[in-house]
Amino acid sequence: MKSYRFREERQADWKQLEDIVQRAEQKGVSGLSDQDMERLPGLYRQAVSSLSVARNISLDQNVIAYLETLCARAYFFVYGTRSRMGERIAQFFARDWAAAVSAAKGPTLLAFLCLFGGALLAFFLTLNDTEWYWTFHGGSWDSRNPNATYDELRATLYEERRDIVDMLGAFAAQLFSHNSGIAIFAFALGFAFGVPTAVLLIYNGVYLGSFYAVFWQKGLAYELTGWLFIHGVTELFAVILAGAAGFMIGGAVAFPGRKKRMQSMREAGEKAAMVIIGAVVMLFIAALLEGFGRQLITSDAIRYGIAITSLIFWLGYFYLPRRVEGDRRD
Amino acid sequence: MTEAALKHPTPVEEGKRRRARMKARQTEAKRVRTLVPPEGAALNLKISTFGERFGAFILDVGLQFLLMFVIIFGIASIAGAFGFRGWQIAWAVAQILIFFVRNFYFIFFEIGRKAATPGKRALGLRVADRKGGRLTANAVIARNFLRELEFFLPLSVLFSFGADGVAGWINWLLFIWCGLFVLFPLFNKDKLRVGDLVAGTMVIHAPKVQLLDDIASATPATETTGAIRFTPAQLDVYGIHELHVLEDVLRQSTPEIKRNVANRIATKIGYEPAAGESDLMFLEAFYAGLRRHLEQRMLFGERKEDKYDKR
Repeated sequence: MKSYRFREERQADWKQLEDIVQRAEQKGVSGLSDQDMERLPGLYRQAVSSLSVARNISLDQNVIAYLETLCARAYFFVYGTRSRMGERIAQFFARDWAAAVSAAKGPTLLAFLCLFGGALLAFFLTLNDTEWYWTFHGGSWDSRNPNATYDELRATLYEERRDIVDMLGAFAAQLFSHNSGIAIFAFALGFAFGVPTAVLLIYNGVYLGSFYAVFWQKGLAYELTGWLFIHGVTELFAVILAGAAGFMIGGAVAFPGRKKRMQSMREAGEKAAMVIIGAVVMLFIAALLEGFGRQLITSDAIRYGIAITSLIFWLGYFYLPRRVEGDRRD
Repeated sequence: MTEAALKHPTPVEEGKRRRARMKARQTEAKRVRTLVPPEGAALNLKISTFGERFGAFILDVGLQFLLMFVIIFGIASIAGAFGFRGWQIAWAVAQILIFFVRNFYFIFFEIGRKAATPGKRALGLRVADRKGGRLTANAVIARNFLRELEFFLPLSVLFSFGADGVAGWINWLLFIWCGLFVLFPLFNKDKLRVGDLVAGTMVIHAPKVQLLDDIASATPATETTGAIRFTPAQLDVYGIHELHVLEDVLRQSTPEIKRNVANRIATKIGYEPAAGESDLMFLEAFYAGLRRHLEQRMLFGERKEDKYDKR
């Protein structure tokens, strides 16, 4: 029988390919010897051609099903990504992240305007009429409201908790605070033409601005700025970048240009994902700064110093042009 | 082959059954996405069903909870030794670990070599690029962060409102929102959720298949020596579907079923079993004969799909 002989002649090679793919799936490239790597392309091509022949001459269900999955697995390995996790992470920090962020200047500016536009608006509204504070914050239980005294407000800025346990607790709480959530949602909501992203950013700006106005009226603006921006530079930058990621997707959906809408969204999604994962890293750093840095450092000057340094660092990291070493993509 | 199939059905029933089979095959065929790699020979990838994906998701969520419990109890048992201060540290550390489990579980596994979470792997699923290119880390991140929005956000808001009477209608809105996203894969042909749409990915069903022994290999002797021979007329009775059913019967069924099937085939083709010949011998010989016959006809471009196919 033709199909029987066909199989008899080739099944040793199929088995060998299966063995290589199996090891590759378990241990990665390091699980393969040089000899395996040499044989793999040939074995793979042979299996694929076996499959197309088998479809035409064999009625053995098992053989065809086996070859289908074997070829698919081999395909995913042969054409899949081969770089190691560590390499890829290094490359992300060395080049890809900054490149993605600096390529998205427009959306970043838009997100910046949404956040600080909202903040400015709320700031002046609340300065004119403190009732606005209650409109923005609802009936929240926050003690830092317009009715608080100067001393009460000041005390919230310099609580000294030099205990490592408290700082660890503050760090953990910060991770779960609404910021990482906001960042992820600002990105995820982007596909609805970016409108929910804008709303989310403006709302957060309003919250911040009205809060600021309360301290301003009591003459605590200078102290609050230090307290807020020691980690706030990193944190707000991250929120802005997350918003930018949302706008990238929203823009791609709303104005696909000559591409198909799906294709456009998908390409933007790839780039935006890089920005958003970076934003999560930044929020993590911000949480560290807030949990440990702010409790340890109560001097305004040093707080300002850290804030300005971090701003310069991020701007330089993202936007300073850097040398591109040979174009490798993975 | 089931018991019901062993009773002689009426022609009407047979017709119904055949139509049902054709329909099932059509829906199966709709799941197949053809991918043409540079080698030129097409690969058929099967889109996973909504049920499979939902099952994998439930498994993954369950596993995440298990992991969180292990973390909490593990840390709690260590911290217990240090009294109250220990508890505070333990809580903070546990929170940080849970943060990672919660946000990076799916991403971690899908970026890995198998491109699948443990739940997906258990059901033979994996994530793949929709165009057949390589699955990038960015695509994995995008599809998993969108899951937050699709499922966990509405769920968490739903629980935080609780039984508050005023927020009743908001609860309903959220419920609809959640349902819309969760059921989204049902309404497109590639069974994509919104995250897949943005990331350009799809989830395929590609379980591992073992290469079993060829049934025909057991009987090359009969082929040549002709211990059991069938006439072309006898082999023309059945088609490819019946051959595949016979293959399944031979590979996985009880001796009883094999006996029944052997009896039915012998009656149908008018074959007189020789003395000392077992059911298995007969079935294997018939399988080999039928397969050779059908494969030969296939080479000439005549694919006889089933016994009703008059070709």
